[in-house]
Amino acid sequence: MADTLNIQDRTGEKNLVFRRMLVAMLLVCLMVIALVARLFYLQVVLHDHYVTKSTDNRVQVQPLTPTRGLIYDRNGVLLADNLPSHNLLLVMERVENLPDTLQQLRSLIEISEWEEERFETRLKRSRRPFQPVVLKEQLTETEIARIAANRYFLDGVEVDATLIRRYPYESTFAHVLGYVGKINESELRKIDSSLYAGTIQIGKNGLEKTYEQDLLGEPGARMVETNAKGRILRTLENEASKPGVDLKLYLDLELQQFAEKELEGRRGAIVAIDPKTGGILALTSNPSFNPNLFVTGISTEDYAVLRDSKDVPFLNRATRGLYPPASTIKMFLGLGALESGVTTWDYRVPDPGYYILPNDEDVRKRDWKEGGHKDFVTLSDAIIESCDTYFYDLAFRMKLENMNDALDKFGFGRDTTKDVHNVRKGINPNREWKKQRYGLSWFAGDSLNVGIGQGYILASPLQVAIATMTLVNEGQWKVASLVQDTSKKLKIQLEPNLPKSMALGNEHWQKMKDAMRGVVHSSKGTARGTGFDSPFQIAGKTGTAQVFSIAQDETYKAEDIEERLRDHAWFTGFAPFEDPEIVVTVFVENGEHGSAMGRIARRIMENWILREQK
Amino acid sequence: MFQEYVRSLPDLDLHGKPPLSYRLHVDMPLLFLLVVLSVGGLFILYSASGGNVAIVEKQAMHMGLGFLVMFIGAQFDPRTYARWGLGAYGIGVVLLISVLVMGKTGKGAQRWLDLPGLPAFQPSEIMKIAVPIALAWYLTREPLPPKFKHIFAALSGLGVPFALILKQPDLGTSLLIAISGVFVIFLAGLRWRLIFGFSSIILSMIPVMWLFVMHPYQKQRVLTFLNPESDQFGSGWNIIQSKTAIGSGGFEGKGYMQGTQSQLDFLPESHTDFIIAVLAEEMGFIGAALLISVYLAITIRGMLICIRARDSFGRLLAGSLTLTFFIYVFVNIGMVSGILPVVGVPLPLISYGGTSIVTLLASFGLIMSVSTHQKI
Repeated sequence: MADTLNIQDRTGEKNLVFRRMLVAMLLVCLMVIALVARLFYLQVVLHDHYVTKSTDNRVQVQPLTPTRGLIYDRNGVLLADNLPSHNLLLVMERVENLPDTLQQLRSLIEISEWEEERFETRLKRSRRPFQPVVLKEQLTETEIARIAANRYFLDGVEVDATLIRRYPYESTFAHVLGYVGKINESELRKIDSSLYAGTIQIGKNGLEKTYEQDLLGEPGARMVETNAKGRILRTLENEASKPGVDLKLYLDLELQQFAEKELEGRRGAIVAIDPKTGGILALTSNPSFNPNLFVTGISTEDYAVLRDSKDVPFLNRATRGLYPPASTIKMFLGLGALESGVTTWDYRVPDPGYYILPNDEDVRKRDWKEGGHKDFVTLSDAIIESCDTYFYDLAFRMKLENMNDALDKFGFGRDTTKDVHNVRKGINPNREWKKQRYGLSWFAGDSLNVGIGQGYILASPLQVAIATMTLVNEGQWKVASLVQDTSKKLKIQLEPNLPKSMALGNEHWQKMKDAMRGVVHSSKGTARGTGFDSPFQIAGKTGTAQVFSIAQDETYKAEDIEERLRDHAWFTGFAPFEDPEIVVTVFVENGEHGSAMGRIARRIMENWILREQK
Repeated sequence: MFQEYVRSLPDLDLHGKPPLSYRLHVDMPLLFLLVVLSVGGLFILYSASGGNVAIVEKQAMHMGLGFLVMFIGAQFDPRTYARWGLGAYGIGVVLLISVLVMGKTGKGAQRWLDLPGLPAFQPSEIMKIAVPIALAWYLTREPLPPKFKHIFAALSGLGVPFALILKQPDLGTSLLIAISGVFVIFLAGLRWRLIFGFSSIILSMIPVMWLFVMHPYQKQRVLTFLNPESDQFGSGWNIIQSKTAIGSGGFEGKGYMQGTQSQLDFLPESHTDFIIAVLAEEMGFIGAALLISVYLAITIRGMLICIRARDSFGRLLAGSLTLTFFIYVFVNIGMVSGILPVVGVPLPLISYGGTSIVTLLASFGLIMSVSTHQKI
């Protein structure tokens, strides 16, 4: 009986387990279906999506950086070159312990605090996986060797070579060429990032900025297969980059260096233009700075020194320094007066050493020469001797509108250059301008000031040089340019908005040039020292711009005045007289008198004209 | 109806001469399936390890050892195991405690025990076998279904190793051991209302576990499972890469040793826990489905052995070990394909790893013992 019960129990138990097993079987089947369905979903339904993902994983497109276009002077001398530079990079995905790695690197090479700070900021920016972060640039040979020797202990540390901009003549061309630097955040927003794939530098200033599109070139691309550690296994596809276009300039290295030397120790600018082409031969501003500092990023200390200097080395005085053009303006106003019929070559003005406004005796203007030049001054005399009284009279009778019009035809108040970066237009004043700027009406006294190139009128040395060139070319405009591009192959094609030409008979131009020759070569000329014993004839005009005004009846002695309050000095001229090859404008802040500038201009002209090869 | 079905099952001829395999205590269908799986596993491992012969050789040696243990284990009558069960369980608990006291630390968890004169091993592996034996023995001392107090005692006996292994911490193993015990209790005939009762208690425990018991790394795994893209280069990397490997394999696969995800190291742990992704990438849906069929066949064979076992102890033991084996497969493939959170569970007989293979084949030794000891 007990045995039967036992057997019954056993059968019952067997059935119990069997029933439970059936339930388990059902669950197992459901789970298998779930797994198979999941695999089917991933492998068949979403197959395309995951194929793309897996390809993205292993295939990387590496941009091939184009070589930036080179810049040559007119004789083919390299002014902006590309040199290899070795950078120390960290691939963060492969660095196990950043502080340790940094500590190890510090023991091998010198890493400045500034470089570490910069590295920290770069670390925070977004980047692709395995995209390296720059720690130090421009490694020396020794540093490269030290890192190579310790390579096995430095996981994720890499050294790569890139080309960086190098300006072999440093400060000489800093203002005119500008410089390249790291692309900053605001530039990043403006540029077409596909063109800058792999490129880290961009033109910041000067020609480098103006011709950025041409100099940049076109990036290529390389498709590579990498493993998960970012190591390149093989190249799948290669599309070469297209280097940037090389620029050939009108600038002449020797003349530029010569001009820079002439300005040594002075604050000023020298502009030399070939009047036959408008090509700018020299464009110097002193003091200058070393543009190479900006290429890899200037340190804050270095930058502060330059920024805070009283001499403002960052200011391109030739193109952005605005000064009263002073007496250099007299030819242009004289020609304007002839065009509008206000004066003739025979018209004479008495010069007692001052001028009194006919309708307001209270306005009395001194001539720079005490006691006046002579009883009766003609236009020629007024140019040669730089007579202010004549031009007070001329300004009074010419009226503002005619003066404004004449100056406009010589490019004052305008940008008439083709490709000089960021020039300032200066001020060719008129009634509306004064109303807008000062909320005041135009007074007769204002006109008198403009008549001698003082008061509201402001111009840059480059503008004075261009006006002189236009005079040489008898009113015909030649566009001042830096880059030689006669076949117009460049992408950047700039055309300035030129004013109307002055319509005057040939004899007027000739007489004005004769008068300018008198400035240098006649016994009464204000720059008579300049022309002595010259191998060719020079024509020019001096100018002396007041930095601070002196009351009507006072005289002053230069040595009593602090250096920075002394007059600015101008000379603008051309040579050889018969067939001008060069226009030179010299400007020196607080240089006191234009005759000294004349001698500088003569040496520059000699350098150019007497040279065999140009 | 069930009774009739069970009676109709072909009984072994207990009077005639039993076949050779029976006398050798080898279950031929099960052996065949296990060998197929192991050999296939070595081929997958060769590709997954990037053609590393040394790893494959080592794995083959582990398999050889495992099959030897299985063969020896099958020779003993299940009743012998029933006698040893409680002792093995007791030793296991002592070893687990000593692991916590003096164990070796690896990958942030104390799992290994390095006793003098013995190779380093994980005591939790012992428990994978000892727990089902001990519970099956305990519950079959009295007629099934078990009484509530016995169930309570069984659950308490299960709770001790679970807690000790969880403490190491090794969530995956502790859960699998718990599941193997739960299977014993389930097969023993735990009443459905108790099953639902316990289930709801466990469900309501989840928030408590989350707040007080789980380690931050475990919580991170769950969060990553819910949204792997939230940290795609960190904790989400593994699962994103394994899904990409599986998905890009497509229906036919990229070809043996041609998987870019696995061969170019994008897939982490490709020769251990994530090895199914290598198979799925290189052999496609067909390969993965084939592998799952082999696992299913082994599971069904184990279930048959369970049903046809001589006594309830054998049934509970073989049933629990078989179902636990299947759970390994499900959890591993589920986590690699992104339907379960990542817990460190190897793919049986495919993933590289010595201890787990030997333990697993040892458990099949027990199943074979049940299968080939039918005489009363």
